[in-house]
Parts: sequence; C-alpha cells; structure tokens
Amino acid sequence: MKDFGYERVHDVSGAVALLGADPDARYLGGGTNLVDLMKTGVERPTRLVDVRELPLDSVESTEDGGLRIGATVTNSDLAAHPEVRRRYPALAQAVLAGASGQLRNMATVGGNLLQRTRCGYFTDVTKPCNKREPGSGCPAVEGEHHNHAILGATEHCVATHPSDMGVALAAFDAVIGYETAEGPGELPLADFYLPVGDTPHLETALPSGALITGVTLPPAPVAAASRYRKVRERASYAFAIGSIAAALDVRDGVVREVRLAYGAVASRPWRAHAAERALTGGPASAEAFAAAADAELAAASPLPRNGYKVTLLRNLTVAVLTELTEEAAR
Amino acid sequence: MTTTTGPAAVTGAVGSAHTRVEGVAKVTGAARYAAEVPFANLAHGWLVLSTVARGRIRSVEAEPVRRMPGVLDVLYYGNAPRVDAAYEGMMGRPDPTVAVFQTDEIPCAGWPVALIVAETSEQAREAAESLVVHYDKEPHDVDFFPGRPGSYTPDGDGMRVEKGDVEAELAASTHVVDAEYSTPEEHHNAMEPHAATARWDGGRLEVIDSNQGSTWIADELAKLFSLDPASVRVRSEHVGGAFGAKGLRVHQVLAVMAATVLDRPVRVVMTRRQVFSLVGYRSPTAQRVRLGAEPDGRLRAVDHEGLNLTSTVHEFVESSASFGRPMYAADAHRSVNRVVRLNVPTPTYMRAPGEAPGSFALESALDELAEKCGMDPIALRVRNEPEVGPVSGLPFGSRNLTACFEEGARRFGWAERDPRPGVRRDGRWLLGTGVASATFPVIVAPSTASATAEPDGTFTVRITASDIGTGARTALTLVAADALEVEPGRIRVHIADSDFGPATIAGGSMGTRSWGWAVRDAAIELREQLALGGDIPAQGLTVRSDTGAAIGALAQKERHSYGAQFAEAAVDVGTGEVRVRRMLGIYAAGRIINPLTARSQLVGGMTWGLSMALHEEAVRDQITGAHVGADLAGYHFAANADVPHIEADWVDDPDPDDPIGIKGIGEIGIVGAAAAIANAVWHATGVRHRHLPIRPDRVIQAGSPRA
Repeated sequence: MKDFGYERVHDVSGAVALLGADPDARYLGGGTNLVDLMKTGVERPTRLVDVRELPLDSVESTEDGGLRIGATVTNSDLAAHPEVRRRYPALAQAVLAGASGQLRNMATVGGNLLQRTRCGYFTDVTKPCNKREPGSGCPAVEGEHHNHAILGATEHCVATHPSDMGVALAAFDAVIGYETAEGPGELPLADFYLPVGDTPHLETALPSGALITGVTLPPAPVAAASRYRKVRERASYAFAIGSIAAALDVRDGVVREVRLAYGAVASRPWRAHAAERALTGGPASAEAFAAAADAELAAASPLPRNGYKVTLLRNLTVAVLTELTEEAAR
Repeated sequence: MTTTTGPAAVTGAVGSAHTRVEGVAKVTGAARYAAEVPFANLAHGWLVLSTVARGRIRSVEAEPVRRMPGVLDVLYYGNAPRVDAAYEGMMGRPDPTVAVFQTDEIPCAGWPVALIVAETSEQAREAAESLVVHYDKEPHDVDFFPGRPGSYTPDGDGMRVEKGDVEAELAASTHVVDAEYSTPEEHHNAMEPHAATARWDGGRLEVIDSNQGSTWIADELAKLFSLDPASVRVRSEHVGGAFGAKGLRVHQVLAVMAATVLDRPVRVVMTRRQVFSLVGYRSPTAQRVRLGAEPDGRLRAVDHEGLNLTSTVHEFVESSASFGRPMYAADAHRSVNRVVRLNVPTPTYMRAPGEAPGSFALESALDELAEKCGMDPIALRVRNEPEVGPVSGLPFGSRNLTACFEEGARRFGWAERDPRPGVRRDGRWLLGTGVASATFPVIVAPSTASATAEPDGTFTVRITASDIGTGARTALTLVAADALEVEPGRIRVHIADSDFGPATIAGGSMGTRSWGWAVRDAAIELREQLALGGDIPAQGLTVRSDTGAAIGALAQKERHSYGAQFAEAAVDVGTGEVRVRRMLGIYAAGRIINPLTARSQLVGGMTWGLSMALHEEAVRDQITGAHVGADLAGYHFAANADVPHIEADWVDDPDPDDPIGIKGIGEIGIVGAAAAIANAVWHATGVRHRHLPIRPDRVIQAGSPRA
C-alpha cells in the first residue's frame, strides 16, 4: 500500500492550514469509512490530518432552543445525549440504526456527513465509476442497482448516500458549519449536498480544504414526536434499502406540522417537501399518508431492478405516520 | 518404568461434553494460524488478478514494478516455473486453475495473472496495485438462467438416475406439483482467508498452510511439481474455517514457486476479495421439481432436475437433483444434474454440496404438495418413508427420520399448528411455521494413525487429521481416551502434519468417523500391548493402525444421517423484512462424540441455512463478468441480530457398521434449513418464495394475496 503521513492537530486553524498546504491530504475523523477506502485503493491520500482531538466534541443548547453539535462528537455520544433523545428522538434512532457499536464509538458527526456511497462499483477500483473516475461511465445503470437511487439520479450516477444520521438531519433543517483559511461559513443541509447532474464526483458545496466544525439544529417542537425507521437486508449492520425520518404534530385529526425525509433513495438525504405540503392542514389518515407519499414519489424514476423502493417508501410513510398519529392520540 | 493404562479402566469420555483442548490457546492468541507462523528471512507474495473476463494477456509490464522499493521478483506466465497438472489426486483430477501462470489465456475475471514478491507485504501490495497488465479482450459469457442453452448432463456416476416411468406416474397422479426454484452463487467466506508459507529446508519442501487435509495437499504438491512425495511436508495446525474451500489452491502453488525461484521462505496470503475469485464457491442452481401423489399423499413420482454452472476449464457439478434419491418412496424416480460452462471461476464443494440447494427445492415442493393434498407436511413425509433405498433397493444402515420428526414436533409444539396460511399476526408481523427433512451421506475413507505410550504415563496420538474449527482434535482425544481406558487429560493429540502418515480429509462429514476409527484401532492395540506388561522404552512404545482393509470390507448399504428442521418466521409484507424467530433441528446422525462441539456445529449449519434463506447472494455483473461487492460489506450473511434462539439436538442413532457408532455431523445442519424457513414464510403470508435469498424486494413485490 501507499505510504502516507499522519498528523494529529489540536486547533481548527492548524488543521485548515495543513489541508490548505496539501490538496492530497484528508481529514481523519473516526476513519471508519476513509480507512476502508484507503485499503481498497479508492482513496490514496498523501497525509492524514487527525481532527479527533479538536475541541469540537460537545453538544450544546442554543439560545433559541436548538442544538449545536460539534463535528467530532462520536455517533455513540450523539445518540446517547439526553437533549438529542428528548428533542430530536428520530436523530438518536437514526444514528443507532447505523453501523455497529464499535463503529459508532469511532465515527464522528462530521465524518458521517462526508461518508461515501457504498455502491459496489465505486468501491472497486477495477471497475468504471464516474464518481471515482469522472468520465469512466456508470455500470450500475445497466448492472447491479437493486439498492440504487430512484430520486434525483442521472445517467451519470445512480448511487445513494449511505448515512442514516443525515436523513434525520435533513428532516430537521440542520445547518452545517465549517472553517476555511478565509474564515468560517455555513450551509443549510439542503444546499450542502450538490445535485448529481453530470458531476457526480463533486459531492458537497464545501469549499476546498474546508473543515466541518459542527451541525446546528434549529428549534423544532414537532421533532419531539419523531421516528426513524430503517429497512435493510438483514436485521443489523447493513446500509438501508429504504429509510424514513418523520415528525408529526397532529391535533383533532388534523396535521398541523409534518417533517419527512427519505434515506437510501438518492445521492443525498431526501427531504420530502411535496409530501409535507400535501399533508399539512389535512386529515391524518392512512389514505392521506399514502397520497402524500405518492405525491413525493411521483418524481421517482426507478431503474429496472429497484422499483420496489417506490412501494417500500410508500408503505414506510403510511406505517410510520400512522404510528405517530396513534401515539399522539394516547 | 512400567505403564499400563491404569488399574481401573476409565471410560465415558465419548458422549460427554468437553471444551476444545486448544480452546485456551485460541482465545488467548497463542494458537498460530498459517499467516502467523514466524520465519527468518521471509518474503511476501501478493497476487494480481485479471480484470477482464476472457481473453489473452498481451503483456505484463514487470520492469517498472521490479524497480519499486523492496520488490524481489514478478512471477507471471512468461517466467514462472513449469508445473504439470495432468495427474490424479486424492479427489480426482485437479482444477487446472492450480497450474498457475502456465498460459496467457484468461478464462474468467479474477484469474491469477502475476505474483509480486517483496520484502514486506505492504511493498508487495503497492507493487501489485501498480502493475500494468495489457489484455486482448474477447467476449465473455457469464449469464446463468433456467433452460440455459449449452447445458449438458455430464458423464459420471449419479448424474442421471431413473427408476420407473415418471411421465406415466405423473399423468396418473391426483395431485401434481410442478415448480421451479433457484439458489444464487454463494461463498464460503471462512473467517481465516487462505494463506500458505513455503520454504526449502535441507532438500525438503515445507509448507505451512491452512487446509482440510495435509496428506491431500502434500500429495498434490508433489505431483504438481514432480517431487518425491517423501520430500514434501505440509502442516496445518490451526484452521480458521474451511467449509470445502481449503484444498489445493493457487496460494500454496505460488508460495512453492516463489520459494523455489528465490530460495527463501515465501508467504502468500489472499485478501477477502481475492478469496471470492480464487478458492471456489457454490454454483447458482436452477431447479425444477415435479411431484405426483395419490389423494392420501402417497408419492407416485419424484422428478428433480438441477442446473448449475462451472468454468470453461474444469467440470464441477453441484448435484442438487440427487438429494431425493435416498429420501422418499415413489413408484418412479428421475433425477438429472446438468451443467453449463461459463467464463467464471470453477465452483467447488461448499458445506453440503448438492444437498443444501437440492433440499431447498425438493423440501419446498413437498410443502406445496402437502398443501394440495390437505395434509400435514410431517404426515406427508412419514407416509412416504421407504423400506429400502427408493432408487438403489439397498438396505439402510440405520434410518431414524421419523423419530426426528416425532421428537421435533413434540418440542416445537407442532400439534397446535393451524395449517391455514396468512392468518397469524403480531403487530406488523405475519407469523408462520415450517418444516423440512435433512439428509447427508455417511462416508468413510482409509486413514492411518499412531498411538504412543510415553514413559511418564501420558499418551501421544498422531494423525494427519485437520481441525477446521469443528473440534476434531478434541473429539479424537475423547475417542483415544475411551479406547485406552484413561482420562482424556493424559492424552495429547497431534494432527495436521503430513509426516504422520496418510489420512483422509476434513470433508464429506467423514473426518471424525474416518480418523476416529484409525485412532481407536491404534489405541486399542496399544492398550492390549501394555496389558501384557513390560517396560516402556525411553522413546515410548508406539503402535500404528491402518483402516484400509476394514473399510474396504464394508457391505454396500444406504448409509445416511437424517434430520428434521423446524422454523418460525415473521414477515412484514409492507417492508419485505423477514425475521426468523426460532429454529429447532433434531438429528439422527450417529453416535455423538462431544455434545458441546457437536451442538455448535449443528447450530452453525442451521445458522448458515438461515443465512442462505434470507441473505447470501454473490452478484456477478454481466457487463464486466466480475463480482460486484465481493467483500463482507457487499456479501451479506446473517448478523447476530438475525439469529434467533436455535436449538439442535439428536435422537439415539449409532451406526451399526462403525466401531464407534459415528455417522458424521459436518454438513447436515444446513440441509433443509432454508426450505423450513421458506415454508414458514409461506405459512405466514400465503406466498411461495421459490428463489433464494428471500430478499425484502422479493417479498414486497410478491405482496400478500391473503392479507
């Protein structure tokens, strides 16, 4: 394997300076994805800048009633945090639905957002992949794609984003904070991941060399009644084939506010705005939930072997919103 | 000094639970596996595999790589030593894949094209990943499907068996099932990937390996390299799983080649991804089963056709259609195994080869027949119990399938089962239960062993057995203890060294039976010699055994183990999730030597059956002809959370023709397990799933007609 340098940094400006000086360097969080990619040759960094000891490991309430989550908070700590569990339970559930206990103890919030797709063509350097090698082609379109995207994909790439955490963050309007040599910046999650278009290798709007410093969740009382459900091909330790983060405020049988996001259907966590619009102000009934899912999934363009995801997401939408409605009535 | 085996005979080791004799060494890391044994001056080989699925190597750009740090050599077809694979080994003609680097032809993706040898493993890998190989590509064909053109029935025993007139019996049947089933490409994925180290030492070739039989591997290497068999020594002290895949493979051959060329020890270790291409796998199968029965369930016809694939260089047959031959009485039996040659690596033996996929099809079809007959599926199987081999007419050694069902039904609570499908619900889950039969042949092969009485009152047993994780070393200790009539603690069993003399392999569920016979013979003779009195010389008193004559004298019979598999499944038809809630397997599998490890082995087989039913599937890309997701992230098997309460137990069933009563338990645990789960999924949902694995997308698309 290729030799690489390793440095541990203790302040954010030092980390950003190191990356700025070396475009082939990478930030190392928990390493739970990057190190695998180095083993398979997908990533061949010259240098790893270990950011795990940066002072970004706390979860704090904001003045307006939201939460600020540091980039190096581990997945385990995030899922266990009492305020996360109380105010954004779907976020804790989403994190716990991912990986294994050992991996969650290592994986960080910042790294989770930047993890790469598990598409079998992307992770195998002997095969073409537009995301890994722009212009080489996307064999998944005609090849193995039963767990690929049904929304927002193009002929250039049909890979899905693997994060569970990101799906809950999308439902709760998370804002990503980052640091560059020029100073700090932030991006709403909705703008953080770039559309696939014909540039699937460009995944985020982060400026070159930027370091994610944290995630801010705006206050969202509706999130207190939220749920994450993940369907996968075995009971644990697999990426989703379809998942949903949902929050529901229902009173007297009427939907006052709803948040919906889907996972494993697109190159990014998919906020289901069309479904939310269809539901808000209307009845909280199984028929309405199904119609809302249909409104969102009308835009789906499944491949020959992943059309089941449309049915799966529709069923999940009805099941989880029905569950939340029943719980609200109790 | 004078030693006898003891004043009072101590027996009863066989049949009582013992932890593994090497257990502490394994859990503390003291046990060294093949890639861990230290060697001075060790060099490391790293394999380069073809990225094209058919064609020729135009050139291997070895020179730039030779100049990379630490690189010692680049072996490929242009410079590799010549070997001769036209020989007959213990298991027949070898897969010519082992004649590595002898040609520029590429018959499949993942074919070995070069070995980089370097001072360190990391240097070898970096060079291997930098090596440029130019190919002249040719069109490949990896497309496997039912009715595939180009398929044929191979010559050879058992490929096509017919008794009676199947078509006439089907035409005369009141109830007929005619259904197609399929199973995907499946991989062994032993926890320990294949690894071997070879060196020349004083004119002898020494190989440290991880294999299923050191006699086997030593014999093959001697033949392949045209060496005097006495000059080859293979050892394989600890093996981290094998499941049929640890025979002669390219890593041992390349370690020997490189050690010969460089005149220093060379180690070759496969990566997980390389294991997917280089060590064999279970072929996908496409099967058709036709059953014809009277209104009371009595079978008139059993017709089973199984298609599998093999490589273009070697014929390996996954004999799925043979499963039913010793199972059920019927007026007519027809079973045909077919194969098609494609641009894929050669498949191989994988736990219960033939029986695992074959039982899925036939035992699912029987469940469909029970539904048509309006019969309980256990009663249907009992109704068709044969007196003698249904096809062979030979007497059975012992057959206790019905006893397995009776005991299993009692423990599982089968009597309370409502036969109607799709009527039980627990929240979002539909619930169902299913059963299936299991069987596996009882095989034995000649082996030699030695037993030594040491002057200090202990005993040493030596046999070229292989403990692939099953607990064979411990089982042989117990067998020797009872034969010597001493405590097991006074016995050391040394295994897996070809210098101990010929012995058979850990395969075909015959290891413990074959080796146990030889160990028992040697130990009994030693005890009898000691009983005569006299001194034990300083080097000990050793006797040797050879079971060849006794095994050759065995009468022809239908010798099989049997089992009854029970499963309860929960299905969410909205999300496609299937969860197995409990499994029970009751076996009639001969005398059980060590209940502790036997139970583990059976539960392990059942767990694999669960995994086969719901998860396992290697995906081959038609365009590149190569795997997609060939690693443990892409190839799913059951995780801990998928594995429910699994219970395995047995009924009394000593084999009358084995001196210890052993039959063998290695493979039977997986047989029928997937069918029992598929039948439970039908009972839960009312939908038949005839294609494995029963993935969420298949369940979603099938829906639930009765919901």
